[in-house]
Amino acid sequence: MNAESMIPNHNAVTDTTINAMLQLADDNLIMGHRCSEWCGHGPILEQDIALTNIALDFVGQARNFYQYAATILQQMPNEKALALVDFDMVPEQITEDSLACLRDAGAFKNHLLVELPNGDWAQTMLKIFFFSAYRFYLFQLLQKNTDTQLAGIAEKSIKEVQYHLKWSSEWVIRLGDGTDESKNRILKAMDTLWPYAGELFGPAKYELECYQLESIAFETLRVNWLEKVNQIFEMATLPAQSFTQWHQSGGKQGIHTEYLGYILAEMQFLPRTFPNATW
Amino acid sequence: MDTTMLFAQFQKKIDQDIKIEPQDWMPDEYRKTLIRQISQHAHSEVVGMLPEGNWITRAPSLRRKAILLAKVQDEAGHGLYLYSAAETLGITRDEMYQQLHSGKAKYSSIFNYPTISWADMGAIGWLVDGAAIMNQVPLSRCSYGPYARAMVRICKEESFHQRQGFEILLTLSKGTKAQRKICQDAINRWWWPSLMMFGPTDNDSPHTAQSMLWKIKRFTNDELRQKFVDVCAEQVKFLGMTLPDKDLKWNEERQHYDFGPINWEEFWNVVKGNGPCNKERLATRVQAWEDGAWVRDAALAYEEKKAVRQYRYDAENENTKMPVS
Ligand SMILES: [Fe+2]
Ligand SMILES: [Fe+2]
Repeated sequence: MNAESMIPNHNAVTDTTINAMLQLADDNLIMGHRCSEWCGHGPILEQDIALTNIALDFVGQARNFYQYAATILQQMPNEKALALVDFDMVPEQITEDSLACLRDAGAFKNHLLVELPNGDWAQTMLKIFFFSAYRFYLFQLLQKNTDTQLAGIAEKSIKEVQYHLKWSSEWVIRLGDGTDESKNRILKAMDTLWPYAGELFGPAKYELECYQLESIAFETLRVNWLEKVNQIFEMATLPAQSFTQWHQSGGKQGIHTEYLGYILAEMQFLPRTFPNATW
Repeated sequence: MDTTMLFAQFQKKIDQDIKIEPQDWMPDEYRKTLIRQISQHAHSEVVGMLPEGNWITRAPSLRRKAILLAKVQDEAGHGLYLYSAAETLGITRDEMYQQLHSGKAKYSSIFNYPTISWADMGAIGWLVDGAAIMNQVPLSRCSYGPYARAMVRICKEESFHQRQGFEILLTLSKGTKAQRKICQDAINRWWWPSLMMFGPTDNDSPHTAQSMLWKIKRFTNDELRQKFVDVCAEQVKFLGMTLPDKDLKWNEERQHYDFGPINWEEFWNVVKGNGPCNKERLATRVQAWEDGAWVRDAALAYEEKKAVRQYRYDAENENTKMPVS
């Protein structure tokens, strides 16, 4: 079997695959970035270690998705590959790093939820809980994808996701059912994050195509997710939630909050200051 | 048994290289010395997370980011082992934190220097972790069991860190002109503070003799420092860089490198709190601790509620249980 036949060869399929891989990778990278901001500043040394570990998992998964996208792109004629990715600095070679560092905010496809600031420990825990629950149900579906690369990454990652989900659920319960202050803080975090939860379940066309899913599957995902959230909230003595009509969105189209620009300015400054240097 | 006998037995064990364990009798001074040294060491690991943590979000590649995250996480783990080792001597972790936050306990002065370029991640790995290894490998044979065992695990990871640090510098040294420049600059800034990590010269180190007698220390500060200089003077050649010491020269007679005078005035000033980042580092630790208070309270309150619920549940079920004969 030649390398060409290992990858989806139809143009449109390739296009959707690249977009979907970037979406997944960008979510992971920005989640990892935010979690890593806690490193050295956590409330309890053991929890600092746990959260750094989660940051590492996020970065690791991001690398898997970027590398897969880069592999597909490297096998194409260069102009064609460059046309598929919205680079604002043309890379010498398309790699995981050029995908992460040479695209500007408008090319990033992550959900708005993941780029929001960490806030306090309650907000960070709730964010990881929301995101991990979403990823858990999504990766269950992606494991069955006929694209064996994608299915493989999902299968490998889901074990990590399961742990993140368990760890963050336990924190939501602890904070909800802890002291008055912790309950107030988690309720406040809920207010901050809830308007961003809906976006997780509004798939872009490239997601549906690449994931080989009908919209109804995302509807089911949304229902499962809400059920999980309410199950944990009940244990946390927090009020049950339902989706409202309106939610924030735009991440998948590259229209982000004001926060992403600052994240990228920090994350990308070295590769952009020293173009084509090796690190 | 009278104290003289206890002292004699204790010293006999040490002389025979039998490890002292937490439940064993030990002189108060031995206990105090170890608590001071181990807690200082633990604090150094935890404060040491900050200068390197400073570059995690700016690491220049995803691979470097992952390696750096893992490294800083290792340092937190070292802190954890060491706090546990110190706790076996009858001090709590909260008491140790208290001493750190009040300024009573010290940590390694090296972490009071700023990390101002990416090359500092390389220089810290190579020189700071390198100096730590020099100090710590002998500690893995230290007379106090829990400390020695913690050091065995820690040293394995430190040598990883050192290799990774050297590799960062090696990559920079083969890179662009700008990369070579930050590489040399980082070595220039970290070299002397790394030599200071071995502590004052033997003449100014009053506790050394006692610590060596108790086999807490196996080599003097100056012996270890010399060993470190000898190793680095060779390694730096692979980088095509130089160490910032015009007096550094191989001495055929001594079979060691001679090196220039250390600026002890700077050393004592940084120890006393006048280093470039003393205030920031301590303030950051204090802030993390204070900001985390409500989280720890919540976790505690939840555990208590859970315990009460469990107790009630057990009590209710007790009534329905058949008596066991
Ligand atoms: Fe360490
Ligand atoms: Fe280390």
